[in-house]
Amino acid sequence: MILDGNCPNGLLHEKWDIRRHELKLVSPANRRKFKIIVVGTGLAGASAAATLGELGYNVEAFCYQDSARRAHSIAAQGGINAAKNYPNDGDSIYHLFYDTIKGGDFRSREANVYRLAMISNNIIDQCVAQGVPFARDYAGYLDNRSFGGSQVSRTFYARGQTGQQLLLGAYSALSRQVKAGTVKLYPRTEMLDIIVIDGEAKGIIVRDLVTGEIRGHSADSVCLCTGGYSNAFSLSSNAMGSNITATFRAYKKGAYFANPCYTQIHPTCIPASGDYQSKLTLMSESLRNDGRVWVPKKTGDKRPANDITEDERDYYLERKYPSYGNLAPRDISSRAAKEVCDEGRGVGPGGRGVYLDFADSIKRLGEDTIRQRYGNLFEMYERITGEDAYKQPMRIYPAPHYTMGGLWVDYNLESNIKGLFILGEANFSDHGANRLGASALMQGLADGYFVIPYTIADYLAKTKPGKVTITHPEFKKSLDETSSLMERLLSINGKKTVNEFHRELGKIMWDNVGMTRSEASLKKTLEEIPLIRQEFWKNVKVSGAGSELNQELEKACRVADFLEFAELMAWDALQRDESCGGHFRVEHQMPDGEAKRNDEEFCYVAAWEYKGIGKTPELHKEPLTFESIKLAVRSYK
Amino acid sequence: MMNIALLVWRQKNRADKGRFERYEAKDISHEMSFLEMLDVVNEGLIKDGKEPIAFDHDCREGICGMCSQVINGTPHGPAERTTVCQLHMRNFKDGDVIYIEPWRAKAFPVIKDLIVDRSALDRIIQAGGYISVHTGGVPDANAILISKPDADTAMDAAECIGCGACVAACPNGSAMLFTSAKVIHLANLPQGKIEAVRRVCMMTEAMQKEGFGACSNHYECQAACPKGIKVSFISALNREFVKAQFK
Repeated sequence: MILDGNCPNGLLHEKWDIRRHELKLVSPANRRKFKIIVVGTGLAGASAAATLGELGYNVEAFCYQDSARRAHSIAAQGGINAAKNYPNDGDSIYHLFYDTIKGGDFRSREANVYRLAMISNNIIDQCVAQGVPFARDYAGYLDNRSFGGSQVSRTFYARGQTGQQLLLGAYSALSRQVKAGTVKLYPRTEMLDIIVIDGEAKGIIVRDLVTGEIRGHSADSVCLCTGGYSNAFSLSSNAMGSNITATFRAYKKGAYFANPCYTQIHPTCIPASGDYQSKLTLMSESLRNDGRVWVPKKTGDKRPANDITEDERDYYLERKYPSYGNLAPRDISSRAAKEVCDEGRGVGPGGRGVYLDFADSIKRLGEDTIRQRYGNLFEMYERITGEDAYKQPMRIYPAPHYTMGGLWVDYNLESNIKGLFILGEANFSDHGANRLGASALMQGLADGYFVIPYTIADYLAKTKPGKVTITHPEFKKSLDETSSLMERLLSINGKKTVNEFHRELGKIMWDNVGMTRSEASLKKTLEEIPLIRQEFWKNVKVSGAGSELNQELEKACRVADFLEFAELMAWDALQRDESCGGHFRVEHQMPDGEAKRNDEEFCYVAAWEYKGIGKTPELHKEPLTFESIKLAVRSYK
Repeated sequence: MMNIALLVWRQKNRADKGRFERYEAKDISHEMSFLEMLDVVNEGLIKDGKEPIAFDHDCREGICGMCSQVINGTPHGPAERTTVCQLHMRNFKDGDVIYIEPWRAKAFPVIKDLIVDRSALDRIIQAGGYISVHTGGVPDANAILISKPDADTAMDAAECIGCGACVAACPNGSAMLFTSAKVIHLANLPQGKIEAVRRVCMMTEAMQKEGFGACSNHYECQAACPKGIKVSFISALNREFVKAQFK
């Protein structure tokens, strides 16, 4: 089937106005009759729940954490983009739009990205009004910094904790609505299924993580704002609890999953130190401005870094990409690090690491200057590794940290299931095959504050409030299915822990569906995942009971879903026989190692329809048509 | 590699009395984080058919504020300005005995083992820890000028991760450091000043209602805070509060 993104007609810069004019409204008196469920309280979820509450809808917001303020948006460091052009350096809405489309390797929807760039300015205004303490200059004006993939300074920031401050802003707006009585919060509550009745989303099934109670919540519309799926790789920069369950269960109920193979790997993370490693910590990319990346020339050279002389070192980024050197783009740097480690020249425990050496910069600029620039990062590095990066080089290695793919949505952020809206990282819509730095925060808040209030009203205006209650047989059916799933997991009583299965899956995904993919690696993965899944359902050991706080059971449910979802990632990667952005098929590369797109055959969104466990999903294509820009080679030379 | 003995607080649920149980953590690498050490212990317990230790954690990079353990009597353990999740085993040595307890405060009832209910902190924020602005209809961001020192102070306060270590460290179980951080963050900004009087009154009232104790200047909160929030914010809150009494 050919999918239609439902974009408005008209000129690019008029589309959002045209759409807002077309969308129906719900009168203030009628809003309180409608109930909206929002799952997830990160930037997208908290901003959506707060704004919908302000408008007078009845909102129920759910998160698995103990407080809405802890969702993983909180960990974003760098900043948030906006086309304010405060520095007068030539920026415009069109520039931000074009940079985002190009950064996404021309695999995103033009109309959505333009709207995002337009709204970016409102977000900054909103956040300042809420009291987000963005960085300022001495005259009291907002300060900007520059980020990868753009030639202007358009990134607003709050020290190294921009995500935290934006989330606390959204959380405060949410808290205000809780007090006003328009939003009811359900922390420590995890969504386990979605209720679809006659093709419309009318509720969810949740598990109370404290009491273990499984219950239904009905609503007139459901918004999923549940983030990405980097934890399919087991080790990633995501929080331990980040998972695919909400969107995957929606996929199993008929929502299309778009571009699951688009994942982003960040080049500068602190490497794993052993098998027990539970997560990876990201270090700001800015370090590459003053650090030189190298590995020993000899394989298996275990000497301390400082004993390896200059002529025994391979500054491989400078050697391979002389014009970019250590600032080569994210995906290229990541792949180059993998290559040298695959050759056996990696450093540190397990040989999965490369050096990022500041010795030359310290010699040139002095330790004080380096301390001023990166002091907090060096401190964090020392806390985790116990090593002093002023005295010896840092060790870094790439790690998964963002997923561009997600549930398919149209221009209104509505999935193919009516009344089911997907916001933030959980949808696929704005970043194409690769996301630019400081754009995730922008998208989450754009969706929640400024898109969903308009588009959800249009859906609600066409429906009757309270059509479905939890007495509907679909709730009973789904409750029974969910309960028996829990019982099944608890009754297996095998020999391997959930973590062991997760690590096993993660290794296969990282080795074969990670930084580089090939036809052979993907086919191998598609053979191996079903075997792990089978073993999981025979041999997993989940301790405790279902009727209590049980963290092993929570993990088991999430990993069970990753074991099915991972297959979809590999399948999509196999089908997309081109390279684009973060999806790198070794068969398709430019002579300089850049991704080689195939616009003739693959200029479309791949939206997958579920057909059963282990069965080939059905592909629906949404052709990407570009009215305002020309497709070009994504080059940063 | 080292071997460590753990004495961990185990409590089945809120009603259970709870007690310490001893576990041996064997072959622990210095490179492990404290929570990874607990992961290893838990894997062992699961394989032995025992219930793993329940503890809160999520981002494991020191920012979400979910992790909450009292280690050898100190909230978040021995390393300064470090959350439990960022604490590494190189801070310990072979043969150490480590006591691990949940946050202990009247306002934080234990849910299970090391997990406590901190929703009282959310309710303090809900009482008034915000600027009452609607989405949309706000001025251009640069229409509100804020001096750099004011913006920096606001940010110093806003760095609070809401973990509750300040409450756990306080002999009175007071939430003054947490509350003052939010009050001062907003009171330092022109857009937050308008509601400053109302805010400080409502938040302090909520704090008392939730069962948090009063501040009697022990300053244990500042010592325990993983983000370096200063007790000077508490005196600033008191000034705001006194000002409010005369309005």
